[in-house]
Amino acid sequence: MDLRLTPDMESFRDEVRGFLVAHQDRYAPGAGADRPREAAMEWQALLIDNGYAARTIPQAYGGYGAQPDILKSRIIAEEFTAAGAPRGFANQGISMLVPTLLEVGSEEQKTRWISPTLRGETVWCQGYSEPGAGSDLANLQTKAVEDGEDFLISGQKIWTSTAAQADMIFCLVRTEPQAPKHDGISYILFPMTTPGIEVRPLKTMTGSAEFNEVFFTDVRVPQSAVVGGRGRGWFVANATLKHERGMLGDPNATEARFAALIDLMKSETVDGQRLIDNPVMADRLMALQARLMTMKFNGLRTLTASMTGESAGMAGMVVKLQGCELNHQIAALAIDALGELGVLYEDGPHLRAKGSWQRNYMFDLGLIIGGGTAQIQKNIISERGLGLPREPKLAVV
Amino acid sequence: MDFSLTEDQRMMQESLSRTLAEAASLDRVRKFAGDPTDRGADVWAALTDFGLPGIVISEEYGGLGLTLLDAALMSEALGRAVAPVPFMGTVLAPLALRLAGSAEQQSKWLPKLASGEVTAAVAISEAVAGARDGAGVTASGGKLSGKALFVPGGLGADLLIVADTGGALHLVEGGAAGLTREIMTGIDLTRRMAELTFDKVAAEPLTGGKDVLARLRDAGWVLLAADTLGACDVMIEKAVAYAKERKQFGRVIGSFQAVKHLCAEMAAELEPCRSLVWYAGYAFDAAPDESSLVAAHAKAHLSEVSRFIARTSTEVHGGMGITDLLGLHFWFKRVGLNRQLLGGPERVRALAAQMQGLTA
Repeated sequence: MDLRLTPDMESFRDEVRGFLVAHQDRYAPGAGADRPREAAMEWQALLIDNGYAARTIPQAYGGYGAQPDILKSRIIAEEFTAAGAPRGFANQGISMLVPTLLEVGSEEQKTRWISPTLRGETVWCQGYSEPGAGSDLANLQTKAVEDGEDFLISGQKIWTSTAAQADMIFCLVRTEPQAPKHDGISYILFPMTTPGIEVRPLKTMTGSAEFNEVFFTDVRVPQSAVVGGRGRGWFVANATLKHERGMLGDPNATEARFAALIDLMKSETVDGQRLIDNPVMADRLMALQARLMTMKFNGLRTLTASMTGESAGMAGMVVKLQGCELNHQIAALAIDALGELGVLYEDGPHLRAKGSWQRNYMFDLGLIIGGGTAQIQKNIISERGLGLPREPKLAVV
Repeated sequence: MDFSLTEDQRMMQESLSRTLAEAASLDRVRKFAGDPTDRGADVWAALTDFGLPGIVISEEYGGLGLTLLDAALMSEALGRAVAPVPFMGTVLAPLALRLAGSAEQQSKWLPKLASGEVTAAVAISEAVAGARDGAGVTASGGKLSGKALFVPGGLGADLLIVADTGGALHLVEGGAAGLTREIMTGIDLTRRMAELTFDKVAAEPLTGGKDVLARLRDAGWVLLAADTLGACDVMIEKAVAYAKERKQFGRVIGSFQAVKHLCAEMAAELEPCRSLVWYAGYAFDAAPDESSLVAAHAKAHLSEVSRFIARTSTEVHGGMGITDLLGLHFWFKRVGLNRQLLGGPERVRALAAQMQGLTA
């Protein structure tokens, strides 16, 4: 165990800091649920040109073309977090489609889609989940029927973020209805402007429509838009699902949120007493800090494993389950610390932090469920991690 | 940057586990637990051959000169084996001498401690966990008076490091006049504690005040957390093995999602703890600024997680879990004692908040 950085890495850190100071007037948050604005696209371009975004993606596809270096990536993440600088776009096109295309896309698909996706010119949404196929994703029913050179796609998707803003969708459809359920699926790309697509906002308990339902009626898509081969969609999608889970439990963002919780408990008072001086509240805060530390050091451990090419084993499997739960608990303590103020949500003189604690509390519950529910994570841990047997399958009803 | 154990560390931990499998088998532990006069001399002899008593003592005094992380890894192996030895004094007494002993005290005691010829115990419970039942030791004119409770390994130790109510440390020889020792039998019969009574007992002062005591406390917290980590590992292994073997309703119970999820929850809680314990051990020597806070969190958090695991692994075993037959209760009780020694979680978390200046 040795957590010191080599002089090389220290000078890389200085380089990142220097960049962030020099360009602080150009910081622009990347797209969340919206299409990126012009300033955000310029910031993104600056990050790519300097190797702080799309770092390891080949220059031929619009990336920076550096060799993979996990430690440098972490230094970049740490310094951006410390400076409060936006990290560039984190959307599903970049985190899921681009790695998929790099792995299994045709040369034409890579050249056509990767660069505009990285630069925010093409916005994507993801068509995986269906009302009847969430945790059992392979059970999806949206069908693609051959019609000459094309498919005609019909069915419904749900939990589709950014569907209303997206130019394109990467979508799982059933092309071989007779094949076993994992073998009959294809991964296909098509424009959201294609006739026959209807997007309906799906309002959640936060009061916003963070997701959508998407309906397809005879949507005509050329068969050449399939990625990774017809009937191979399940394997193509699985190659990148793990990226989504890793993203969902990232302790970096959690640290920033915990720091905000400490500030809140130091500044909020009830009957003139700071919340931090309430022993019960302080105890809960410290219990969460311990959990945060376990996840932070667990992150360093999995990082070391990936640097040496080893599997992180159990330490990697628990990240999504524990990380998402911790985020939720931090927001829960913040709401309790706010007491009656914690129920406010609409703009007003008493609202704190623009209602973000309440929104996080509700939205994080969604993250605990999404990307593989907590129960699915526990199945993975017990079966792949502990070697317990799968539950026997019952007859199909 | 490297957040992993070295090959040497892994090998040494495995090697100690093999030594313990022979010298401190479950049968041997059972015998120790059933006989209050058993001092475990054979187990101590095997550990002495291994070099354990000298783990943190520098090589010039005949020790191995290793770090607290190494000691924590040994502690983890001892917890796995529910070994009937009090390890805390083995590490904390040499640390006290290193941090606050005179050259003379060091050269007198460290070689004997390193060779295992003498054993030591540390009486700091009142100063760290708080005084109960009127306990507490006061110093006056080179003499100690009062009581110290909950001293692991204190019954037979040749050398005692004692904290007084002001946080100053003193060195007391086991045979000193006016010192009496009584057994304190707790739930964990694998480690017996002592109640020490001092009636104007001659003591040598150690230099350094509360800062040295804080270092001993931090090291103690890390060792207890590591012991708990090892014990938890075993409880999960036993639960998983049982779930793969035990059949009900025509299936092994480990194929039921209800049971699988209990096992997964235990593993998910424990695995990140391993990283915290490693870091807490590492920070003691390599990052002293963070050391107290991570040690506190390791102690408190492992205490919480271990209670959950002790309870859950017992439940996975069904009725067999609460019997004496499987011996699961030895680990259950081991973590039960670790939880309370040197402060329960709430007290330790209150200290953690103070350390950061969050509370007064």
